[in-house]
Amino acid sequence: MNDIFFQMRKIVKQYPLGDEVSTVLRDVDLDVQEGEYLSVLGPSGSGKSTLMNIIGCLDLPTSGEYILRGQSVEELDEMELAHIRRREIGFIFQNSQMLKRMDALKNVELPLIYAGVSPRERARRAEEMLVKVGLQDRLHHFPNQLSGGQQQRVAIARALVTRPSLLLADEPTGALDQSTGKQIMALFSELNADGHTIIMITHDINIAKHAKRVVNIIDGVLSEPKGEVTFA
Amino acid sequence: MINPFRPLIAGINMFVESLRMAIANITANKLRSFLTILGIMIGVTAVIALITTISGVSSSISDSFTSMGAGSITVSTPGSDLKSGLSSEDLDDIAALENVQGVTPSVSLSVKAARNGVSETGITVSGVNEYYFINKPDALESGRSINPIDIADMSRVCMIGSDVMESFFYGVNPIGQTIYLAGVQFTVVGILAEDTDTSIASIMSGTPDILMPYTTAMKMNSQNLVTGITVYMNNPDDTEDVKTLLEEHLDALFSFEDDTYTITTMESIESTMDTMLSMMSALLAGIASIALIVGGIGIMNMMLTSVTERTVEIGLKKAIGAEPGQIQIQFLIESFLLSMIGGVTGVVLGLVVSAAMCSVMGTNFTINYGAIALGVGFSAAVGIIFGWSPARKASKLSPIDALRRM
Repeated sequence: MNDIFFQMRKIVKQYPLGDEVSTVLRDVDLDVQEGEYLSVLGPSGSGKSTLMNIIGCLDLPTSGEYILRGQSVEELDEMELAHIRRREIGFIFQNSQMLKRMDALKNVELPLIYAGVSPRERARRAEEMLVKVGLQDRLHHFPNQLSGGQQQRVAIARALVTRPSLLLADEPTGALDQSTGKQIMALFSELNADGHTIIMITHDINIAKHAKRVVNIIDGVLSEPKGEVTFA
Repeated sequence: MINPFRPLIAGINMFVESLRMAIANITANKLRSFLTILGIMIGVTAVIALITTISGVSSSISDSFTSMGAGSITVSTPGSDLKSGLSSEDLDDIAALENVQGVTPSVSLSVKAARNGVSETGITVSGVNEYYFINKPDALESGRSINPIDIADMSRVCMIGSDVMESFFYGVNPIGQTIYLAGVQFTVVGILAEDTDTSIASIMSGTPDILMPYTTAMKMNSQNLVTGITVYMNNPDDTEDVKTLLEEHLDALFSFEDDTYTITTMESIESTMDTMLSMMSALLAGIASIALIVGGIGIMNMMLTSVTERTVEIGLKKAIGAEPGQIQIQFLIESFLLSMIGGVTGVVLGLVVSAAMCSVMGTNFTINYGAIALGVGFSAAVGIIFGWSPARKASKLSPIDALRRM
C-alpha cells in the first residue's frame, strides 16, 4: 500500500493577466501514496482548483515536475492526456453534471463509450457501479427525476466505472444539504477502505476532516499542518 | 487473447453512440433543428424540382420531335444569283438519291378566300405533293388527298382545314363545292383532319389552312423555282448519309457557292434544344444551389451556438476521457445528420413538386437519379464543410475553461 502514486516537485502555474502574470501556484511539492485519502483545504481563490486541474491532467504546470505513476506528464499532448484521464482518474464535480438527455445508466456508461468498451460490457459495468452507490432502483431515471444527492451518486458511479486509480473530487458536497453530504462522505470512506485513492478539494473544514490526511493551500502555497487542522 | 478487430469494433461502437447523441441533440430542440434544416431543404427541393421538371419538358419535346420529324430533312434553298431555287427536274433528281423515299416541296402563300359573299384574308396555303400524305397518313379526314395527276395538271383543287370549313361551308358538305382563292376558282376535294397534336413542335411548325398541288401554288405565286423542300427517307437511321449526299448534290447544283442552301435535320434541332435546356437547367440549379450555401451557413450558425451552449458538456466529456477527435466526430455527425435530414426531405419534396408541375404542364414525369444524387451529395458536403469549423472549435475547447463555467 505504500507505493508512490504521484510526486509533485516545485510546481508553478502562472496565467497571463493583461500585461502582468498572475502566479496561482508557487513551488508546490506534494507526494501522494497509493490508497491515500487526502483533502486539499483552502478558501476560494487559493489555487486549489488549479491544483486539482493539474493533478487531474486537465492542465499542465508552467514549470515543475509532475510524475504520475512513474510517468512524467509535462510533455504529453492533448490526446495522451485524454488517455491518462480516461485510465487513471475519475472526476467528481461540485454539480454532478449529469448529461440531461441521458438516463443514469447511460451517464455512467459515458466514459466507457470513449474508452471503446462494447455496449454489453458497458451496461454491465455501469449497472454494477450504480448498485455499488445504492441506486439499483434508479437505473433508468433521468437527471430531472433524481435528487441532488442521487445525482452526485451517479457522478461517483461514473467516476468509478473506468476503475481509475484516483478519485478526484472538487467540492463533492458543495451543492448538497448536510445529511446528504454526510452520506456521500460515508460513501467516500467506504471506497477508500476498498482501496481507492481519493483526493478531495474543499473549502469546508468539516468536510476536509473526513479525509485521513489534510493539506492547506493559501495563495498558491501548499503546507502540511502539524496537529489540528485549521485555516492559517 | 487480443481480438485483432477490437479497434475497429470500438470505432463502430463510438460511431453508433455519437449518432445516438446527435439524434438526441437534434430532437431535443425540434423547432430550432427544423428552422436550421429549412435552408437546405428549400435548396434541395428547388434543385430537384427544377432539374426534374426541365428534363421532363425536354423529354416530351424530343418525343414530339421524333413523332413528327424523324426520318425527314428540311432544306431551304435560296440559291445563288444565277439559280434562285430548285426546278421540278432538280426535285426529281433529289428524290432519286440513295435512301430517299420522296421529296415534298413547300410553297407557302397567304391569300384572300371568298365564297357566296363571305370573304376572309390571311388564309395560309401550302403547296404540297403526294409524299406529304404518305408521311402524314392521318392528315386526311374525308374526301381524297392531292395526287400526282393534280400536280402534273396544275389542277385547281384544294383540301381545307376545319377553320376554313366553319367559315365558308357551315352546314354544307364542302366536297365538290367551289371556293375562290386569290380570285381563282378551286374545287374542294378533301377535308384535313383537325390537328389533335398539341405538341410544342406542332405549334412551332404551324398547320396551314388549305393544301393544294405545289405546281398550282407556284403558278399562283408566279414562281417557277422551289425554295424549300422536305426530304423523306426510307429509314430514319440514314439521316446522316442522306445529308451528306444532299450536300454533295446541292453543292454541284449551285456551283459550290456559299450560303446557297441550309440543311436542317430534326436531330440537329433536337440537339440544339437539348443543349439549350440543359444549359438552362444548369443555370437554374446553380441559382438554387445558392440556397444550399445559405442553408449551410444556417447550419454552421446553429452548430457554433450549440458548441457555446454545450461548453460545460464538452468539458465534462473531456474530463472523463474523450479525445479531441471523438468530440469533433460527434459534432460533425450532428451537422452531417442535420444537413442530410434537410437534403432527404428536400429530395422528397422536390419530387412531389416536380410531379405536380409535370402533370400541370402535361409532360412526362421521370425520376432523375442524377438530380437526386446531386441533391443528397450536395447536402452531405454542406453538412461536413460547414460543420467542420464548429466541430473543430468544440474539440479545441480547453476542459478547464469549459468546466470553469459550471
